[in-house]
This record gives sequence, structure tokens and C-alpha cells, in this order.
Amino acid sequence: MRKAFLPLLVLTGAMFAYAPVMIAGAPYESTMLLVQKIFYFHVPSWFAMFTGVFVAGLAGVWFLARTDERGDRVAVSASEIALMFGAMGLTSGPIWAKRAWGVAWQWDAKLTIALLLELIFVAYLLLRKYGGAGSEKLAAAVALFGMAVVPFVYYAVNIWRTIHPSNSVVPSLEPGMFGPFWFCVMTFMLFFLVLLALRVRVERLRTDLDELYRAEES
Amino acid sequence: MFLRTALLVLKKDVSVEVKSLEIVFTTLFFAISCVLIFSFALVGPDGEAIDKAMVPSAILWIAVAFAGVLGLGRAFERERYGETLKALLLAPAPRPAIYVGKLLGILLLLFMTELVLVPTIAFVFDAPLFDRVLLLAGLLVAGNIGFAAVGTLFAAMLVRSGSREIMLPILLYPITIPVLIAGVRGTSALLSADPSVPAATMWLSVLLSFDVVFVTLALWTFEPLMTE
Repeated sequence: MRKAFLPLLVLTGAMFAYAPVMIAGAPYESTMLLVQKIFYFHVPSWFAMFTGVFVAGLAGVWFLARTDERGDRVAVSASEIALMFGAMGLTSGPIWAKRAWGVAWQWDAKLTIALLLELIFVAYLLLRKYGGAGSEKLAAAVALFGMAVVPFVYYAVNIWRTIHPSNSVVPSLEPGMFGPFWFCVMTFMLFFLVLLALRVRVERLRTDLDELYRAEES
Repeated sequence: MFLRTALLVLKKDVSVEVKSLEIVFTTLFFAISCVLIFSFALVGPDGEAIDKAMVPSAILWIAVAFAGVLGLGRAFERERYGETLKALLLAPAPRPAIYVGKLLGILLLLFMTELVLVPTIAFVFDAPLFDRVLLLAGLLVAGNIGFAAVGTLFAAMLVRSGSREIMLPILLYPITIPVLIAGVRGTSALLSADPSVPAATMWLSVLLSFDVVFVTLALWTFEPLMTE
């Protein structure tokens, strides 16, 4: 991982720098025009957030099953990053929705899941910060349960009504939008990896330092 | 003198809180969870308030959610005073059996509460809650199992934590939102002007599948969670 980090960082930086060119070159959507461009930012944030949620959930399982500290480090790092990307999605979404739907918020399946996951991971971090000793194990269970609750929320809210553009938007993109869109998704995924690698390293250093401190005391 | 003392106490409280901001963040987050609970119970997906006929079902499920958290907290507080949870865990018994025992206790408590709660709500709102009593009972039982399955696990884990009273609802409410949605909608289907049994049965099956998934997950995670 350490060897791969620098090339990864350079590649991500280069892709970020080139992304505006790709987005500017993409064709305008016929009804939403410029407003639609937020899509290249909004949807990739959700891709990255969901990756974070699943990484955190699976790392939680790894931690619980094997009592492996590394699982916990990955879980806490992925949760924080998922929270950040979630905040990006929850900010860019309503900006778009205000123009496209006329209202910024709707209790729709995708929006509800997004908000709930964001809240579950805020709760996760609150638990880790204020929960006291042993809370990292419960936090792992919270991440796992948070992951497991997604299909239920989706199903339950979908029976009400849904106005979010469906998942079929992506396959039906105009050919000119296809390239920039997947380019942005790739960029965000690489960005996710860079952040995860950095955050896991910080967490490892922090736990090492704690151990040294405890060894010094005893 | 009076004012000076008051200001000094305030200054002390503020300076303690500013260090960790624990109470600010956890209270704020609890308030946001309440927004979530009330929105899902009382507001339709199009942002309009629900039909008058559905109000009793919303009130019923909100009451269950609030009473459930308090009951869970108290049930484990007692274990903490006597350090009996530690003793239970030291016993040479399978851990999942301990979990199931605690879960059944909480469920019994919830059922007893609802035995009085449901007639009370039916009475004060003049709601036809007893027209299809078996379906309503099914919804309540399935909903309680889902709620208590997650709640028992979290409350057991939080016994050692200092901020357990506020952490429990904060963790529990976002995860049990599907129980609330399905419970409120299922009960509403029975109460509306044109009662729909298929809709209620559909919501009941959502609740039952939630129960299966979360009881399984809780049984699996209880063992590693309760190991020091």
C-alpha cells in the first residue's frame, strides 16, 4: 500500500484537475441545461459514500469475528469518509432539487436512505467519541446494522412514492455524458482510496502512540 | 450575591461543557432523531400531514418507541447496579441464550404496556383499533420484536458506557426507522375509512423480514460484543 500511495495520489490529483474540462465538454441536458452538471459531482459522492458504508460494515464484521485491531481502524476511517461524502451529496442534492423539483427536500426512498445513513454514521462517531471503554465493538455492530437496514428503508419508503430520478438514468445517458460521468465516478473512487489510506495510517499512528503512552505509565 | 452565584454556576457549566461538547452534540442529535420519528409517523411522502384517521396509529407507535427506550434503559440499569450482567456472562451458558432471555423480558414488558396503551388510544381517539384485533396484534408483536432485538443488543453493550441514557435512543432510532414506518402504515391501513387487509398484511411481512434479519444479526454479534 505504501508503495502504491504516491502514484495513486498523483493520478487522483491529475484526474481532479482534468475533470472540469471533461464536464465542460459534456453536452447540455435538453431541459435542465447547466443545472444538470451538478450530476457529475452529486452521483459520484453517493458512489463514494456507499463504498464507505460497505467498507465500514464489512470491516466491522472483520473486527468482530477476528478481534483484529486493523478491522477497527479501517472501519472508523471508512465511516468518517462516508460521512464526508454523504455531506457532499446532501448539500449538492437539494441545490439541484430546488431548481428541478421546486422543493429542496422530499421524503423519497433515496433521500431518506441517504439521510438515515448519514445519521447512523454521525451516531457511530458520537458513540466512539463519548461512549467510553469498549464502545468500538458496539460501533462495529452499529456499522453492520446500518448497512443491513438499507434494503428495508428502500423498500418501505418506495411503497409510498418516489420522485428521485431512477437508477435507469445512468444507462440512458446521452453518449457524450457517459465518458465524463464515469470519469468523475472513477476520480471520486480514487479520492476515496487516497483518503482511506491516509486516515488508516493516522489511526494506526494514534493507537501506536496510545500504546507507547500506556507502556510508559505502567 | 444571588446573581453572582448564578453566574458562577453558569460559568462552571459552560467551561466544563466546552471542553467536550458532549451534551451539546448528543442532545442535538437526539432532537434530530425525534424529527425523524415524528416525520415518518405524522407526515406523508408528499410532505403533507397524514389523514385524521391515521393519527391514532402514529401516536401509538411513537409511544411504543419512547416507552421502549425507557424500558430498555431501566431493564439494564438494574443489571448494572447489581453487576449482575457480568455474573450472567461469567456463567457457563451459551451467550445467545442470555441475549434471548433478556429480549423476551423486554418484549413481555412492551406487551404489558401495550395491553393498556392500545385501549387507551382507542378510547381517547375513538379509533376502531379492535375491528381487526389479530392483525393489529401481529403488527405490534412483529414491530416490538424488531425494535427490542436491536435495542437489547445495544442496551447490553451500553451498560458499561457513561452516556448510555442518551446514546441508546441516538443509536436505536435511526436503525429502527423501518419498524416505525411499517408499523404506522400497517396500523393506518386498518384504521382508514376504507380498511385494507392486504396492505396491513404486506406491512406485517416487511416487519417479519426485518425481525428475521435483525434477530439473526444480533444473535451472531452478541457473543463477540460481550467478550471483553
